[in-house]
Amino acid sequence: MKLTLKIWRQDSANSKGKMQTYPIDGIEGDMSFLEMLDVLNEGLINKGETPVEFDHDCREGICGSCSLQINGEPHGPDRMVTTCQLHMRSFKDGDTITIEPFRAKAFPVIKDLIVDRSAFDRIQQSGGYVSVNTSGNTLDANAIPINKQDADSAFAAAACIGCGACVAACKNASAMLFTSAKVSQYALLPQGQVEATERVENMVRQMDLEGFGNCTNTGACEIECPKGISLENIARLNREFLSANIKG
Amino acid sequence: MSGIPSSSIARKIIMALSGLFLVVFLGQHFVINITSVIAPDTFNTWSHFMGYNPLVQYALQPVLIGGVIVHFVMGFVLEIQNRKARGVRYFKYNGGANASWISRNMIISGATVLAFLFVHMYDFWFHEMVYKYVEFSPEDPTRYYTETVEKFHSPIKTGLYVISFVLLALHLLHGFASSFQTMGVNNKYSAAIKTFTKVYAIVIPLGFAFIAIYHHLNPITQ
Repeated sequence: MKLTLKIWRQDSANSKGKMQTYPIDGIEGDMSFLEMLDVLNEGLINKGETPVEFDHDCREGICGSCSLQINGEPHGPDRMVTTCQLHMRSFKDGDTITIEPFRAKAFPVIKDLIVDRSAFDRIQQSGGYVSVNTSGNTLDANAIPINKQDADSAFAAAACIGCGACVAACKNASAMLFTSAKVSQYALLPQGQVEATERVENMVRQMDLEGFGNCTNTGACEIECPKGISLENIARLNREFLSANIKG
Repeated sequence: MSGIPSSSIARKIIMALSGLFLVVFLGQHFVINITSVIAPDTFNTWSHFMGYNPLVQYALQPVLIGGVIVHFVMGFVLEIQNRKARGVRYFKYNGGANASWISRNMIISGATVLAFLFVHMYDFWFHEMVYKYVEFSPEDPTRYYTETVEKFHSPIKTGLYVISFVLLALHLLHGFASSFQTMGVNNKYSAAIKTFTKVYAIVIPLGFAFIAIYHHLNPITQ
C-alpha cells in the first residue's frame, strides 16, 4: 500500500509547528496504525532525519496512551478502537492520511503528536477516588450487596481509559464525558456515597480550571470514545452536580 | 448554591432552563397565532387580553424578555468560551462523522433567530408600545387581526419570517431534547422526549411559517 501522510511536526511546546508531508510505501493492511508510523520512523532515522514522536504503551487498547487525530477523527475512522487497534486495512492504496495531535487548550503539545494530558490526572486527583482505611481493618468490598444493574453501569463507566478522545472529538474541547465517567463509577456504588458531594464539586471545579469547554450535547464524544462511555454518564454528572449544590 | 454562577454545568443549566421556558412560550404564542387563521375574532380577543392584562404586561412580559436576554447572552458566552477551549484549530476536523450539523451549529441557528427577533419586535412589540405609551391611542379590541395580516403584505418580509422559522426548527431539534440531558434526564423516557422534540420542533415553527404564508396569500381587501 502506498500512502501520503500529512503529519503535524512541532519541535517543542513553545515552537511553532506545521503540517509536513511524507510519502510512504510497503504498508500492509495487517499492520496497526502505530506499526505504520514505526515504519515511517525507521525510514526517517535511516535518512538521518528526526523521527515523528507519538504516544504509545500497551498497544492493545487498554492503557489510554495512544492518541492521534486521524483524518479529522480521534483514533481514526473505526469505532470502539484506540489508534493502536486501528489497522491499515481501514485505508486504501493511494490515500492521503492527515495525522494531528489531540487539540485542546488544556492539552498543550509537547512535541509533534504528543500532548500533555496531565489535566485529566489533576481532575482525577481532585476527587476521583474513595478514601479507604488501609490500617488492617479494611472491609471486603464484596461484603456490600450491590444490584447487578448498578454494578454493571459502574463498571462500564470505569472502563474509561482517559485517552482524551472525547475532548479531541468535541467541537468545544469539553472534558465532560471523561469527568462524568470518573464521577459515575463511584456515584453508582455505596462506597462512593460518603464523598459524593465534594467529589462532584471538586472534579467539576478542576475541569473548569483546566480550561476545557462547555458540553453542548452534540454526542461526538460518545461516538468517538474507544470504550463506548455513554452520554448517560454526563446526565448523571449533571444530576450529581445539581444535587450537590442543592444540598449546599 | 455555591458553584452555580462560575461552573460550566451551572451555565449549561441556566441555558437549558431559559431555553425550556422559551419553548413553552413558543407553544402558547403559536396557539394564539393559529386562531388568526381559523377564528379572527378569537385572535382579537386573546391578543387584546395579552396586550392589556396587567399580569401579562407587568409580570410575564418582563420575565419573558429576561428569559430571552439570559438565553442569548449565555449562548454567546458559552460559544466564546468553547472556541477558546480548542486553542490551535485542527488542520482537518471531520465534525460530521460524529455529530449532526444542527448540534454543531446552534450558534448559527440561534443568531439567526436573534436577528429575526429584532425584526419581529420592531414589527409588533415596538409598534404596540408606541400605540399604547407614546400615542396614547384608545383601546381597540378589533384591530389586531387587521394589523397582523398587513404585516405579511410584503413577500420579502414573509420570506424572512419563513426562513427564520426553518432555522428555529433546526435550533429546537437539538436544543429541546438537549436541555433535558443538561438537566440530568437520560433514562427510559429519553426516547419519548426525543420523539416529542422532533414533533414539536417541526410542527410549531412550520405552523408559524404557515400562518405567515397564509396571511400573505390572503390579504384583507377593503
